[in-house]
Amino acid sequence: MSDKPAGSAIAANTAAAPAAAEPANEGRLRLRIEFDPQRQGSPWWIPIVSVVLALAVCAVFIAASGMNPLAVYRKMFMGAFGTEFGFTETLVKTIPLLLCGLGVAIAYRISVWNIGAEGQFAAGAIAATAVTIYFPGLPAYAAIPLMIAFSLAAGGLWGLLTAIPRTYFRVNELISSLMLNYVALLALDYFVFGPWKDPKGMNFPGTPMFTEAQSLPVLGATRLHLGLVFGLAAVLLYALLIRYTRWGYELKLIGANPDAAKNAGIPLNRHILIVMLLSGGLAGLAGMSEVSGVAHRLMYGISPGYGYTAIIVAWLAKLNPFGIILSSFLFGGLIVGGYSVQTIGLPSSVSLMLQGAILFFLIAGDTLFKLRLRRSGGKGREA
Amino acid sequence: MDLFTQLVMAAVSSGTPLLIATLGGILIERSGIIQLGAEGLMLMGAVTACLTYLHTGSLALALLAVFGVSALLGLIHGVMTVSLRANQIVSGLAMTLFGTGFSAYLGKPVSGMPIPGSVPKLELTFLQDVPVLGPIFGRLDLLTWFSFFLVIAMHLFIHRTSAGLHLRAIGDNPATADVMGIRVQWTRYACIVIGSMLIGLAGADLLLVFSPTWIEGMTAGRGWIAVALIIFARWNPVRALLCAYFFGVLDTLGFRIQLVGSEVPSYFLKMIPYVVTILVLMFLGWRNRNQPSGAPESLGVPYLREQRF
Repeated sequence: MSDKPAGSAIAANTAAAPAAAEPANEGRLRLRIEFDPQRQGSPWWIPIVSVVLALAVCAVFIAASGMNPLAVYRKMFMGAFGTEFGFTETLVKTIPLLLCGLGVAIAYRISVWNIGAEGQFAAGAIAATAVTIYFPGLPAYAAIPLMIAFSLAAGGLWGLLTAIPRTYFRVNELISSLMLNYVALLALDYFVFGPWKDPKGMNFPGTPMFTEAQSLPVLGATRLHLGLVFGLAAVLLYALLIRYTRWGYELKLIGANPDAAKNAGIPLNRHILIVMLLSGGLAGLAGMSEVSGVAHRLMYGISPGYGYTAIIVAWLAKLNPFGIILSSFLFGGLIVGGYSVQTIGLPSSVSLMLQGAILFFLIAGDTLFKLRLRRSGGKGREA
Repeated sequence: MDLFTQLVMAAVSSGTPLLIATLGGILIERSGIIQLGAEGLMLMGAVTACLTYLHTGSLALALLAVFGVSALLGLIHGVMTVSLRANQIVSGLAMTLFGTGFSAYLGKPVSGMPIPGSVPKLELTFLQDVPVLGPIFGRLDLLTWFSFFLVIAMHLFIHRTSAGLHLRAIGDNPATADVMGIRVQWTRYACIVIGSMLIGLAGADLLLVFSPTWIEGMTAGRGWIAVALIIFARWNPVRALLCAYFFGVLDTLGFRIQLVGSEVPSYFLKMIPYVVTILVLMFLGWRNRNQPSGAPESLGVPYLREQRF
């Protein structure tokens, strides 16, 4: 029973690339696929098509489990964007995705595969909470900046724990950053189940609620908090730094060709350390804004996988900082929509499934567009 | 039973899923393709085994379904990386994300339900009275025996057959291999599909032998540890056995320390395998700083005939 839906996954996936898959193996048709050197990058509509195709594939799975996929998507869409509450809730989820997504995008730009945003997020959340535990009486103008500083430092440090093994010990950063996710989440569990547990919390795995002074200001009566400004400011700052500074220029060089950059005298290791410090720091800030702006406490399961979703957010935006604003909003909606389908008996992991499918189509579309199909001796034809 | 025997038994029981997944990964990476989807593949393998076993009651069908599903998922990775030359790292990540989400979706109705049976054990009665060998080898399940077989078979295949030589050539230098008349794309597809089937089997082994109920995200990073083990093992199946068992011991170490009655909170004990993974990788990186890592030389570099990049 269970292998049927997977069967349709491949069918839909290869359907996107029939021309590329078949002639690659045997040349009887005298057709050849090759990379078109004239095409740099892929067009802007590829991400949109990827999302649509992913929705179509997941619709098959949903239909296979006896639900009407259109009704499910409608429910998700209305839940995320259809009501005022849903819309602000989507914006609330956009904030951590924006910060984490920007963080990983910075690292991916120079091919440092940081998949540890989840752990860096947790480290930042823990550090921000530590301020509320150990300096309880601070007024807002001292507490909030201190929490921000702590979370940036903790997230950055967690990022360095990946960068140092990478630069000085040649450790694959994919593995180390992922392993550190588990370590950070276990540390978070230790604090909320152990020493920081709210004594009046009826055994709820969370710290005591933050005071007014330890919470980020919100917009009117909504749950939308100041973190959105952090996110947008970070995007702007990053875009400016990349465009107008020597540092940004060097990052672009490393991204284009690390060997050439190294030969040109650019200190690759130092850049990796700085980038991971920034990348982790941004995820840490996301953790702070989540505990201080939304949950108002550190609690078990504070992140529904923001750090992993951030990877797709960054890719969907093709690592473009302004594109990340859009893609994190879309994925914020996907998470909120995922919650809203729980009421009709579907697990919220539907949204995780969609995310994976989107990523597949995205990278397939990106490369598919760069290929061209060529008849031997004849004229080139688009694939 | 003395401590040594206990340790070996623990190593074998919790190291077997890691071993099978690592062997699958080695096969794929030897052909020059990075495989980071192990976590998702293992979860899909586990959930497929659980669902099929619960619905049909047949272990053989369950394993067959696992092979089918993971072969299909492997084929997707193959189309992405071999034919479309997509970024192998991102394709693997997509596999992990999709597998994690989809397995949670599929497994929701059976979450926490115990499976109706387990893998049959091979009772070697003549061995069971022998002091050390008896407890270790006397009552092993068939999948564990299969993993032993797999280590030997893969070692012989990679290092002692001409097909294995071709495989190594493809991983090191696909263009040269192609000129020699070896079918690069075809071999890569075959390795990815078979390797993915093994990784799926590793997930099924985790469910059928090690912890017999489906829980969302039950692999808890074992797929990623298997990816790290490929590096520890320097892409060598025999070393993979030793490395996987070493991590098998680590996996149960936290649990054992708790049994002794230690004061250290269990959260810290659970961190041990993850922290040790990083430390071992750092140690290897430092020790092998002046020599090659043992990785296939063209690992992660897509290949398409007559194109240079």
